[in-house]
Amino acid sequence: MTWRGLLSGVLALGAFTGLGLFLYAQEQELAPIEASQLQRFDPAEIKKGAALAAIGNCGSCHTRPGGTTNAGGRALETPFGTIHSTNITPDLDTGIGRWSFDAFARAMRRGVDRAGRHLYPAFPYDHFTLVSDDHNRALYAFLMTRTPVNAPALENSLIFPLNQRFLIAGWKLLNFQEGAYRVDPSKGSDWNRGAYLVEGLGHCGACHTPRDSTGAERRSRHFEGAEIEGWVAYAINERSPAPVPWTVDSLHFYLRHGWQSEHGIARGPMAPVTTNLGDIADEDVRAIALYVADRMGSRPAVALRPVSATGTDAAGKSIFDSACASCHDGGRPLPFGGIDLRLSSAVHAPDPTNIVNVVMHGLPPAPGQRSPIMPSYGAVISDAQIVDLLSYMRSTFTDKPAWSGLEKLVAKQRARGNTLPLYSSDGNLSAPARPNERVTAW
Amino acid sequence: MVTLKVNGTTHELDVEPDTPLLYVLRNNLGLNAAKFGCGLGQCGACTVVVDGKAVLSCVVPVMLIANRAVTTVEGLGTMQNPGPMQRAFIEEQSAQCGYCIAGMMMRAQALLQARPDADDAEIRAHMEPNLCRCGTHMRILKAVRRAADLMRAEVKQSALESKS
Repeated sequence: MTWRGLLSGVLALGAFTGLGLFLYAQEQELAPIEASQLQRFDPAEIKKGAALAAIGNCGSCHTRPGGTTNAGGRALETPFGTIHSTNITPDLDTGIGRWSFDAFARAMRRGVDRAGRHLYPAFPYDHFTLVSDDHNRALYAFLMTRTPVNAPALENSLIFPLNQRFLIAGWKLLNFQEGAYRVDPSKGSDWNRGAYLVEGLGHCGACHTPRDSTGAERRSRHFEGAEIEGWVAYAINERSPAPVPWTVDSLHFYLRHGWQSEHGIARGPMAPVTTNLGDIADEDVRAIALYVADRMGSRPAVALRPVSATGTDAAGKSIFDSACASCHDGGRPLPFGGIDLRLSSAVHAPDPTNIVNVVMHGLPPAPGQRSPIMPSYGAVISDAQIVDLLSYMRSTFTDKPAWSGLEKLVAKQRARGNTLPLYSSDGNLSAPARPNERVTAW
Repeated sequence: MVTLKVNGTTHELDVEPDTPLLYVLRNNLGLNAAKFGCGLGQCGACTVVVDGKAVLSCVVPVMLIANRAVTTVEGLGTMQNPGPMQRAFIEEQSAQCGYCIAGMMMRAQALLQARPDADDAEIRAHMEPNLCRCGTHMRILKAVRRAADLMRAEVKQSALESKS
């Protein structure tokens, strides 16, 4: 065979595959519902849907900062370019107002919109496919009864060829498996409930599982932790960096209240998650905690390092003693006192991104609620001083090896400036009042 | 010895490097606008501007400040000739007990320097960390909006003058 023959063969094969994929990628448009077709929903169904939407954390992605809830427009940075979340309010022209239940359910199960276009997997249908029909109905009832907002979708800026939607069908072929949750008969009903919520609607793995070069979650590294939006989602399997092992009880409390005395405060992209889980049925939070704690496995509690075994970095120590210790070594309990850093996952984690972010940006308060707060130091602390401080903290409060590449990371996070998404801390109106009280001797 | 640049003046000070900036401003430099509230960076009464950013001076040791430019309320204007931020707070009569006001002014100053056209939502979000126990928030917000107007008018005025 000549080179020319081979080349034309390859081209023909390529064209054939492309055509095949293109044909395979075709999905039918589903008929729109007309404005006159007023749908009625049972209030109990709507209420159930509200709780499910909280578990699904829909509003976190589908709301732009300062925007109306679920009206979309939030920019998500991915390695493949920027993608914008869409309007999922029932607006007829720019939202999902014309979507029938079948169209909604198809989007959840297969990642296809009403018009038949494939949705990018930034919308985690690889998880939502597990959601039951019954739950999809409740979610639909909830979303269709919100106030419609006119907010046209923003243009995505994805790299070629990924801006060609039919190619998503190829991605699905490789990475996506449609199907409802299958009960594990060897486990109890609570465990299965937790697994269904965590792996399905809760889509915890979307942040906590690392992705491969095509952007699909690596199943073999389930819950191993990953970078997301300039933050690190910690490992929530047996590699969890928490110095005190998580238990069902501590996880339950943390997810419910956004803080836990042996682990600290939810912040970064986790803060809205715990905010949402603060209002739903307690048994669902319990089930989620049960399943995740089981994934982490149990390991013996480690005795905390005595602080006297201090690191040697004098420059870092003097910064810590003068800027950090008054809260972090002040004896005031969480959530309003600073965490004893011997308990901090951020200081124990293999990747220091989160602690760098927190030093620079602090912990922004929850709007209009009492909440934990940490002042930001980015305006006053130099990169070199952050490196000194963090090296001291790492050697003093943990038995882990020093972080490598700290200088580079600090410079990188500094350069992100305002593009790093900051999240208000979880409001603690529901937190027990006692931790906020100071015991006064007089 | 620590070198500090405050309101345009450089000071050589014989203080411990771990002294909070607030103490040095008040005790060594006699700049008493910034207040000690909680001492934990939770209330905002001690807010000053460092290199254009609002900073809680009670939890910032001077060793971190080095050669950065610190601005306090004293740097915004004088009794005889108050700056736009100060004029706005006087004109709106925003102070009740007044303890939080210096911090409020400095936090607002940092915002308006960076974003002269900040809208109401932005102002509210930016002012969030500063607390007021008297409850004069509405007047404080009004004063910040007025300060923005005054600053814009000043910019316009000076542009006109430089033209003529």
